[in-house]
Amino acid sequence: MYKILKKRELNEQVTLMEIDAPLIAKKAKPGQFIIFRTDETGERVPLTIADYDRDLGTITIIFQKVGKSTMQLGTMSEGDSMLDVVGPLGTPTHFDSDIKKAAVIGGGVGCAIAYPQAKALHNMGVDVDVIAGFRSRDIVILEDEMRAVSNNLYVTTDDGSYGTKGFVTTKLAELIDSGEKYDIVIAIGPVPMMKFVCDVTKPHGIKTIVSLNPIMIDGTGMCGGCRVTVGGKTKYACVDGPDFDGFEVDFDELMRRNSAYKEQEAQAKQHICRLTGGVRHA
Amino acid sequence: MPNMQNNKTPIKEQDPKVRARNFKEVCEGYTAEEAINEANRCLNCKNKPCVSGCPVGVKIPEFIAKVKEGNFEDAYKIITQTNGLPAVCGRVCPQENQCEGKCVRGIKGEPVGIGRLERFCADYMLDKPSEQEKAEPNGIKVAVIGSGPSGLTCASDLAKMGYSVTVFEAFHTAGGVLMYGIPEFRLPKAIVQHEINNLKNLGVEIKTDMVIGKILSIDEIMDMGYKAVFIGSGAGLPNFMNIPGEALVGVFSANEYLTRINLMKAYLDEYDTPVKKYDKIAVVGGGNVAMDAARCAMRLGAEHVYVIYRRSEAEMPARREEIHHAMEEGIEFMFLTNPVEIIGDEKGCVSGVKCVSMQLMEPGADGRRAVKAIDGSEHVIPIDACIMAIGTSPNPLIRSTTPGLDANKKGCLVVDENMLTTKEGVYAGGDAVTGAATVILAMGAGKTAAKAIDEYIKSL
Repeated sequence: MYKILKKRELNEQVTLMEIDAPLIAKKAKPGQFIIFRTDETGERVPLTIADYDRDLGTITIIFQKVGKSTMQLGTMSEGDSMLDVVGPLGTPTHFDSDIKKAAVIGGGVGCAIAYPQAKALHNMGVDVDVIAGFRSRDIVILEDEMRAVSNNLYVTTDDGSYGTKGFVTTKLAELIDSGEKYDIVIAIGPVPMMKFVCDVTKPHGIKTIVSLNPIMIDGTGMCGGCRVTVGGKTKYACVDGPDFDGFEVDFDELMRRNSAYKEQEAQAKQHICRLTGGVRHA
Repeated sequence: MPNMQNNKTPIKEQDPKVRARNFKEVCEGYTAEEAINEANRCLNCKNKPCVSGCPVGVKIPEFIAKVKEGNFEDAYKIITQTNGLPAVCGRVCPQENQCEGKCVRGIKGEPVGIGRLERFCADYMLDKPSEQEKAEPNGIKVAVIGSGPSGLTCASDLAKMGYSVTVFEAFHTAGGVLMYGIPEFRLPKAIVQHEINNLKNLGVEIKTDMVIGKILSIDEIMDMGYKAVFIGSGAGLPNFMNIPGEALVGVFSANEYLTRINLMKAYLDEYDTPVKKYDKIAVVGGGNVAMDAARCAMRLGAEHVYVIYRRSEAEMPARREEIHHAMEEGIEFMFLTNPVEIIGDEKGCVSGVKCVSMQLMEPGADGRRAVKAIDGSEHVIPIDACIMAIGTSPNPLIRSTTPGLDANKKGCLVVDENMLTTKEGVYAGGDAVTGAATVILAMGAGKTAAKAIDEYIKSL
């Protein structure tokens, strides 16, 4: 059992939790993830380790309530325990030591995964620009945290209700055009966003790392449910990734594979609707 | 007087039409009378050829003698002296190639139903308390990585010798392939859990959610005071064919398909993990895993389930009984057929499988008949999902994080005749060493390793 020590609502949809998991905290590195299962009938769901404290023996997860399992996790309180937390899984992100300037791009809840990457780069002494994109002002998360680990933080909103109006790609293109020389771009968020970031960086030949989010079951390499095509080869995101060279990833295939259980996911969400008396978020 | 009837005492099975649509156990087992009747077919041979066929050396004529007397509890005690998982073995062992394959009664008729009798005794004891013989605790710690058949057997034997055993399991439930691979209709999960509880009663500690190589390394486990480690991590890495279209939506490894169904119980409404019902589904392969996947697909409501196998029925590695059960349940077999491409529709979902017809050639170096594609035999079978059940390899996680642990080019750990790896104090067995094989061979390896670990620790 893994106890929830702290819970904080970052906005209506996104929740932060600190979990008591000393062995995982001891080993975790940026880019790695856990798999959780709330209870006996629950499914196994992957979540990135957003932060960890080796001394306190805690890991931090940040999740968006998008379906049955994350909504169920969202109903749990401080002091409650999750049945299973497995990790740290995946290959940690590898940063070359000669990186001088990086752009870290987070889309929505992807900022929760982009933040530890920005922090790691910042701690290496790299100049970090963070571009954080959200649909609107009320879902902005981790602004202070990201500001603390970046030289420049650019917040964009699709509707212009906060920061710059527009997408992260617009801001990135603008920065590149104005002469910013990035050695690396890290893009983490919805698959279309990562794909479009690669479209911006590719003509400039800026190395772009993306963090993929395919469907997973075990997370240890025993089923291949999370397989993605990278550079024409089949890779298992749970062991070979989740980070990959964005120019090599077949994003369209990933989007198709991620929608394989759409109908059942919608049904499951309806199901929890009856339990909680109404679901507010689509 | 022994019972000289030539055939095994019949056993009750669910009607094929009914069972093809439910996950309840196919074989319902013997009654006490049937078990005694079958036990009386045993001639109690002096040289006991059956025992030589059992990888864990169950004292077969001795336990059967107790069944003849109706003393099922003593029969069970004799079995469990050498076999920690009798309810499992009685159900899933390929007895035709092992104990029963050596039975004298099999020369002129059917062999004694040893597996059925073993199962009967284990099931008889399910709801009764049983004391297991065990040595005084010696306080020496031994770690077992993986809680599949080899790890559980090794842990059970070491615990009986008095060792303090900790089993590290990556999944949330112990049992390995017994839980995620073999379906409920062949091996009820409650029975696996009962046998695992017997292990816990012996004092074995099971730590789940522990992916060794990630959360702890073998060296760190040794540093924690464990005097020896047994690696029974299996061969859980699925192979794909590397043909075009394997990334389409609706292509699964058998591991994924079976894990969703068996471990995550996706076929039950109250469980959250989804699995889809497909109308026309193909399973590629001819082993037990292919039979299990095909029969699960049928139970989820498929109209057509095809087993596509590149050799003929005679070469199938699956147990005869499983092939027979699958055929009874309406699975359609396409022998001498090999997929060359999975075809998708405009949405990226599987719509067909392009296959070629094959012809059998002379046996190759491995003794199995080679196959060759027949020119111009390409044809497309319309399907909406495809499951690859063409074998598995050992997961590289442990060997890649353990300095000094050698593996062969197939990724299997290298061990000597005592199951000792190339690293001192580290033993291995089961599929991690052999590549995908059988439950009982893994158990035999776990047993051999337990004995070697005991000798090693005593020599320190």
